[in-house]
Amino acid sequence: MDFALFLNQLFNGFSLASLYLLASLGLALSFGIMRVINMAHGEMLMLGGYLAWLTLLVVPGGAGILLAVPVAFAGAAAMGGLIQTSLIRRLSSRPLDTLLATWGVSLILQQAARDLFGAIGVEVRAPDWLMGSFTVAGVTLPSARLFIIAVAVLVLGALALVLLKTRIGLLTRAVNQDRMMASAVGIDVKRVDFTVFCLGSGIAGLAGVMLALLGPVTPNVGQSYIIPAFLVVVMGGLGSIVGTTTAAIVLGVFSALAQMFVDVSVAQMLLLVFVILFIQIRPQGVVAVRTRQLDV
Amino acid sequence: MSSDALLTVSGLCAGYDQTEVLWDVDLELRRGEVMALIGRNGVGKTTLLHAIMGTRPATGGMLRFDGHDVTALTPHMRARAGIGFVPQGRHIFPQLTVMENLETGLCALGGRGGGAGGGVPGYIFDLFPKLYDIRGRAGGFLSGGEQQQLAIGRALAGRPALLLLDEPTEGIQPSVVQQIEAALAHVRDELGMTILVVEQYLDFVWRFADRYSAMQNGRIIRQGAIAEESAAAVAHLVQI
Repeated sequence: MDFALFLNQLFNGFSLASLYLLASLGLALSFGIMRVINMAHGEMLMLGGYLAWLTLLVVPGGAGILLAVPVAFAGAAAMGGLIQTSLIRRLSSRPLDTLLATWGVSLILQQAARDLFGAIGVEVRAPDWLMGSFTVAGVTLPSARLFIIAVAVLVLGALALVLLKTRIGLLTRAVNQDRMMASAVGIDVKRVDFTVFCLGSGIAGLAGVMLALLGPVTPNVGQSYIIPAFLVVVMGGLGSIVGTTTAAIVLGVFSALAQMFVDVSVAQMLLLVFVILFIQIRPQGVVAVRTRQLDV
Repeated sequence: MSSDALLTVSGLCAGYDQTEVLWDVDLELRRGEVMALIGRNGVGKTTLLHAIMGTRPATGGMLRFDGHDVTALTPHMRARAGIGFVPQGRHIFPQLTVMENLETGLCALGGRGGGAGGGVPGYIFDLFPKLYDIRGRAGGFLSGGEQQQLAIGRALAGRPALLLLDEPTEGIQPSVVQQIEAALAHVRDELGMTILVVEQYLDFVWRFADRYSAMQNGRIIRQGAIAEESAAAVAHLVQI
């Protein structure tokens, strides 16, 4: 009985880890390549959530949720591209200022959502095939959470494939490992920056669709996931994909298991304490990124 | 200004933050020649190469390359215009394989070369056979000599008209130095490549360079033909 509860929470931990991973991959990618932090990254999740809701208004049902995935990806990627060209690129020599500027963007986007869709938020009705659950050996596995884990695994696999097997992936790794040399061999580093930023924002938009399956989409839904996402990126080793994935799993499972014993807010606090202790012992993160290297 | 000039540097100034390192540098490279840039440590040789490549912004002056004003171009545009760079410390992408490092060099072909079509040119492996044997290894695990060959090969993959080399023999064993010398002589003689090489090892450059320029305190203080002066005669410009 107790063991079944443990397995249940372990499963919930993995689905939470999947959300953390989707929310933090974009942060890790753009930090790894540009050394900037986009404070409005959480709003890309929110945007993805609202785009999912809008898509389902037009195309209700199961097809709608599948259509929402590319729509949210493209919408968030476009918004990310806009932020990158209009703001981050212009502040590239002043990284601290990008923190403030993108924080401003975050507030603007939250207020815009409040004005457009209301402060209470909207509810996405998951299609029937995502409402059910499987019971395996006394453990209940909700379909929606299985779906989220599957999407996270697919996204991670696709990202690894892009980075390792495509031309843009090669260019991204080159810029990440030695920016000066990358420009000197003829790589348009600003275009690579832009592409990576759009890709990272798009993944966050995708994460927004997953959030919409679990709860209401509110103007500040991104805020509740951006803090864990930052923790994941810091613990993962600032820009490493392997490290980010490991850290997402550790933190997701940790927080789900902690919730067996304490309530959610205490679990959040324990999570923070855990990461602080971890960084004390291993300041370089799970995967040491010595210079500006992104290992895949 | 002669019409066969490939690169003309005029009144170039560059520096780091508030410190000027280059003062009003004038330099001209003719097509197909090898120029040795010599001088003591800290006189601005490396900064001059970076200013020509664009990886260190010029604060004044003008650069003409292949008949065009390239002063305002970014490094990647200069690379695509035909400037190849082998920097000090080699700057191999540490987690890319040897082959991938060479492939990054192809980016300089963007829009040029008439789409001769994919792949690293085979002659690079003829010049440096070792690179083919270790093509799957990560750049960060190579020895200094292997990295130097890779850095030169990567620059050559972009078929540059002008090759900038910063201390290619630094910390390299003699047998590899010979190979590098043969490779540079080959690309000059067979491909008509123009080369600007920073070097402290005068006997090495005196074997294949056509002219030299000596720098002191951020300025070019002396130029001459290699054939007319012995390495010993200018050695005092390099030694402390």
